[in-house]
Amino acid sequence: MTAVIPAGRSAPGAGFLRRSLAGRGVDAVLILLIPAVAFTALLFVYPYIYGITISLQPQGGGGALANYRNFFSDPYLRQTIWNTLRLALPAAAVSVGFAFPLAYRVRAAFRGRAVITALFLLPLTFGSVLLAEGMTEIFAPTGWVNLALGSVGLPHVQFIFNYTGTFIALLLTTVPFSFLLLAGMFGSIDRTLESAAATLGAGAAARFWRVLFPLMVPGLVTALTLAIVEAFAVFPSAVLVGQPDSATHVLSIPLYQAAQQQFNYSDASAIAVIMTIVELVVLAILFGIRSRLYRGPATSGKG
Amino acid sequence: MRHVSRSFGKTEALRDLDLVLAAGEFVALLGPSGCGKSTALACLAGLQPLSGGEIWIDKRRLDTLPAERRGFGMVFQSYALFPHLTVQKNVEFGLRMRKVKAAQRHERALAALRTVQLEDHAQKHPAQLSGGQQQRVAIARALAIEPDIVLMDEPLSNLDAALRIGLRTEIKRLHQNLGLTTLYVTHDQEEALSLADRVVILRDGCVEQAGTPEAVYNRPVSPYVAKFMGYRNVLAAHAASGGDAGEVVEVRRGAQVLHATAVEPITAGSEVTIAVRPEDVLVSSIDDNGLVAVAEVVEFMGREIQVGAGLPDGQVLHLRTEKPVAAGDSIRIGVPRQRLLAYAGNAA
Repeated sequence: MTAVIPAGRSAPGAGFLRRSLAGRGVDAVLILLIPAVAFTALLFVYPYIYGITISLQPQGGGGALANYRNFFSDPYLRQTIWNTLRLALPAAAVSVGFAFPLAYRVRAAFRGRAVITALFLLPLTFGSVLLAEGMTEIFAPTGWVNLALGSVGLPHVQFIFNYTGTFIALLLTTVPFSFLLLAGMFGSIDRTLESAAATLGAGAAARFWRVLFPLMVPGLVTALTLAIVEAFAVFPSAVLVGQPDSATHVLSIPLYQAAQQQFNYSDASAIAVIMTIVELVVLAILFGIRSRLYRGPATSGKG
Repeated sequence: MRHVSRSFGKTEALRDLDLVLAAGEFVALLGPSGCGKSTALACLAGLQPLSGGEIWIDKRRLDTLPAERRGFGMVFQSYALFPHLTVQKNVEFGLRMRKVKAAQRHERALAALRTVQLEDHAQKHPAQLSGGQQQRVAIARALAIEPDIVLMDEPLSNLDAALRIGLRTEIKRLHQNLGLTTLYVTHDQEEALSLADRVVILRDGCVEQAGTPEAVYNRPVSPYVAKFMGYRNVLAAHAASGGDAGEVVEVRRGAQVLHATAVEPITAGSEVTIAVRPEDVLVSSIDDNGLVAVAEVVEFMGREIQVGAGLPDGQVLHLRTEKPVAAGDSIRIGVPRQRLLAYAGNAA
């Protein structure tokens, strides 16, 4: 908190200006924000605006919106929006679904908690290319997953080089990511709330649905949002363990082709802008939902 | 509670604790942190399982029931209000769990809020209230379910001094008006003495002394209880003469001889512990019950001053006086013999 000493009768001058600015939260501490603001401006805001402008200057001519017109008139390209959503939304939902019970469980101390937590965070450290390479071995027709299925009499399943492969690869990174987020958020929920609910006559189900869950929902929506953001940028696993020419032909693939194979930066920028807009629409819907929910602290009192 | 015990691994938090509450009684469990008082409350509420023993209420056995079926109202140190619900919904929570109809639920919640004078804040969220108001909501929430027993776990410890005294009076008034059986856990002797009909002092999971506030205040059974009851001066000495409980015995500290009242039988020549409150030490000589000391630290306390006086053997005796004493003064100290308590053994 900033202490504001009323200026009183003293003559309005530089000191007065400083104090009245300080009262509005403007003071020398703001200098500390400069590196972050400069970083964002240089590496994000400027390139992005630049990208938007060059996306409106198509290399082949045909008017400012030619790139966008091309994208939406080509069914194969248009389909990438749907392909991306079809992967990112379920993958984010399933990963939050997996991470939720785990994060809920590690709220309580138990033997081996640290080991389990570490185990779940491990895939985050590998990177998606390494994970995808590993998957091609494990899920290959003669990989151990299919051998295991075969040994118990189940039919062979095609796990990789299709939608499923990319989906599994996405889960491998989004599940631990969601777990990490949710575990932190759930940890901040005051545990005596459950005790209080119990003494008031709430059984385990009522304690969960009436007390814990409402306090967890904002965290779940945040985790879902970030998982979607992460899944939206899917590229390595879509190429390495997916079907990059059809089922997993996601937005990032034509983007990469335009930029790195055809060197058509204008077209690539247009696809990037489309990708951003689609993502922003999804996020706007989620934040809209979140703003309707309880957003206060998940603890009570000073405790 | 009968022979209740609770262990955490090898540490016993409660040992064979027996506690009987009469209807309408206000009992305070008092002790320093780690004495097992909060564990006792959690066990009673069903928030922690018992390692042994039984809990009965009238003819109903409780220790086999989960917390949600025991029907106690509990107030927590951290208030534990549901932050996503309004004040009224918080108070209604227990009634909703009991499937009370909406109209009746409203009425009872508002009635409970009225008893803590917060009916105007019914539609606010807990975060919009002050700490004292939040704790009053928590009390209303516990009262709304009309519990057999109200359990309070250090309800005033999170509040600042002024609010604490205000809410303490409020709790006393509620108990006087509603006559609810209450078990109150605290580490603050003043709270326990001012609120309770009966004070139970715990030590290492066992009852050290139980009795009326007057009894524990005036006749602490051990140096442990004495220290808790404001006997700030607890010193080691030797018995020059023996005596039964209640008799005056002679005790010696170095060359000085004092007369003290034996709390328990004391044999001549044994080690004893003597205890006296700072406010019972007088700056003047009392016939044959005096000491000489040097005032070392003098603190102004308003009506009186608090003096830390050094005895010849280096021990410090704390006393309160209205007489002008300055640091460095050599003073004569008198202790009324009925105010100086002697316990067998060295516990200083």
